[in-house]
Amino acid sequence: MKQHFMPIISNQQVSSRYWHMVVDSSRLTSPIEPGQFFHIRCSQGSFPFLRRPFSIYRINESTIEFLYLVKGEGTQEMTHLQAGEMLDVVGPLGVGFSLDKSADTILLVARGVGIATLAALAQEAVEKNVKCAAILSARSKDDLLAADLLQGFGAEVYKVTEEDGTSDVANVEEIIRGILKRNKIDGIYTCGSRRLSRLSQNIANEYHIPGEIALEEHMGCAMGACFACVCDVKEDTGVKSVRVCLEGPVFSLEKVVLG
Amino acid sequence: MIAQLNTEIVIGSLKLKNPIMPASGAFGPEMKDAIDFNELGALVPKSITRLPQPGNRTPRVCETTAGMINSIGIQSKGLDYYMKYTIPEFAAYSAPLISSISADSVDEFAEMSEVIGNHPDVDALELNISCPNLKGNGEAFGMNAEVTESLIQAVKNVTDVPLIAKLTPNVTSIQDIALAAEAGGATALNVANTLLAMAIDTESRRPLIGNIMGGFSGPAVKPVIVRMIYQVSQVTNLPIIGCGGIMNGKDALEMIIAGASAVQVGTASFIYPTAMPDILEEIKDYMKRHAIYDINELVGSIQVD
Ligand SMILES: Cc1cc2nc3c(=O)[nH]c(=O)nc-3n(C[C@H](O)[C@H](O)[C@H](O)COP(=O)(O)OP(=O)(O)OC[C@H]3O[C@@H](n4cnc5c(N)ncnc54)[C@H](O)[C@@H]3O)c2cc1C
Ligand SMILES: Cc1cc2nc3c(=O)[nH]c(=O)nc-3n(C[C@H](O)[C@H](O)[C@H](O)COP(=O)(O)O)c2cc1C
Repeated sequence: MKQHFMPIISNQQVSSRYWHMVVDSSRLTSPIEPGQFFHIRCSQGSFPFLRRPFSIYRINESTIEFLYLVKGEGTQEMTHLQAGEMLDVVGPLGVGFSLDKSADTILLVARGVGIATLAALAQEAVEKNVKCAAILSARSKDDLLAADLLQGFGAEVYKVTEEDGTSDVANVEEIIRGILKRNKIDGIYTCGSRRLSRLSQNIANEYHIPGEIALEEHMGCAMGACFACVCDVKEDTGVKSVRVCLEGPVFSLEKVVLG
Repeated sequence: MIAQLNTEIVIGSLKLKNPIMPASGAFGPEMKDAIDFNELGALVPKSITRLPQPGNRTPRVCETTAGMINSIGIQSKGLDYYMKYTIPEFAAYSAPLISSISADSVDEFAEMSEVIGNHPDVDALELNISCPNLKGNGEAFGMNAEVTESLIQAVKNVTDVPLIAKLTPNVTSIQDIALAAEAGGATALNVANTLLAMAIDTESRRPLIGNIMGGFSGPAVKPVIVRMIYQVSQVTNLPIIGCGGIMNGKDALEMIIAGASAVQVGTASFIYPTAMPDILEEIKDYMKRHAIYDINELVGSIQVD
């Protein structure tokens, strides 16, 4: 949980609501895994003063990338950060995804900016010769950001949006069942929507496919000290409260209790 | 010759190597990767309750202008776990261990204090009297002078370790509560816990905190706390531990000058994991710059005409 200052290489708007940032991570010594996150100071000034958590969108040789949705004050401030300035981060934090390299194909179910969290996993899958199918759900086609990136990784990408009237759970379920018929899916990974997480959980149970989910929760310290970002998981001994920042943000899809 | 700086502070039988310690609930063993615990004045783990309790619903924190509201609900693994794991874990460090206790009744405070206070590795108790008295009318113990006095008295009867009463700022006269804690036998006063607060998302018209209300901390509360430290120092000679809104050395010094012998740092560590050692360095720089070689000279050194 060390604080680092990483030089910003670029910070650009990529669609009406999304921005993309590349930073130089060459001085970072700890390994970074897909699913982990950084706790970021959004502004060069003092406020907003709490850090904001962001997943690592892409992990490259000497750079890492973030994809972020402009939501409120913090992310609005983040858009003002410029190339050449330093990004103040704490991390990498949390437990990332586990990917079995003997897997044939994995299925990613992402809603909105949830793809920012799953993209790095798709990248790892390519590197491990694991095939990838992905359902990207978003409000509008403009928000379907990482589709090209994933297709570039060779993933089979299905896009659903409110704009097209295709993003309802029933339709997504039909698409997933289709994918399951045509492929040997060895893992389901989801992020970004309670409804799609529940659907993914049900399907994973039904087909006995292991799965993982990356959760989002409002964080204080992101170091495990303050117990702000908790969720429940089912253990053999009963339901246990765990910290999203420390024990997560990635949890077993089977065990997590979706509220 | 370079004069040595003395940063040691004595609070009853507690010897603090320096006046910087963490605020309960904003510190945990996980932070050992970020800072050297042996360099802190003391260690203060999260408040412990007798029985395990789950804590409040999420969201448990939200940011407000220059501050944050939290309602964690003292998520706790209970006293048995604390005795078996938490105390030994912190006892491994040289800094004194101050155990923070939360309880539902005066009797429970006494019961827990007897068990924890008599553990050889516990150097002091901090009584979180800002939590609600469930056997009373549910208001915080620290909102009532008589209850405060009898609570400290009851704990004093069962343990010899220094007792720090952590006062709630949510009162009309903090001086009255401070005097009651002194009368009950407190060794020191922590001024103070969080301010009861609330924030609403105007778009959804919903509270930003799952529990609707929560405790306000961070830089926004500092002037209120400085005022309270000053007021309390005017009426009692007990050492004061200032807590609320410290972000840097200057903030800590402001509290020390107002009358605090030591300070606690909470929210700042969430933003700067190394806030506590950084604050200590800034205090030392100040001392050198002002040629003050003993920190005790600064305590309550406010100049009022
Ligand atoms: C582990 C993790 C990884 C994330 N990865 C990404 C990512 O890669 N890209 C991205 O765009 N977003 C991501 N998010 C969500 C992102 O943290 C929030 O959108 C962001 O904090 C909003 O800040 P704001 O000030 O702009 O919005 P506001 O709504 O004004 O924020 C107010 C407060 O609420 C908190 N908050 C609001 N929404 C969330 C949320 N969904 N999760 C956690 N805290 C929240 C903020 O941190 C802030 O303290 C991630 C969240 C978590 C927990
Ligand atoms: C997330 C969080 C949890 C807290 N939990 C406790 C607690 O368990 N017991 C306690 O006495 N105070 C608790 N506090 C209050 C702090 O100890 C401190 O009094 C307060 O945060 C003001 O200091 P600060 O502005 O430096 O954070 C908590 C504060 C925060 C932010």
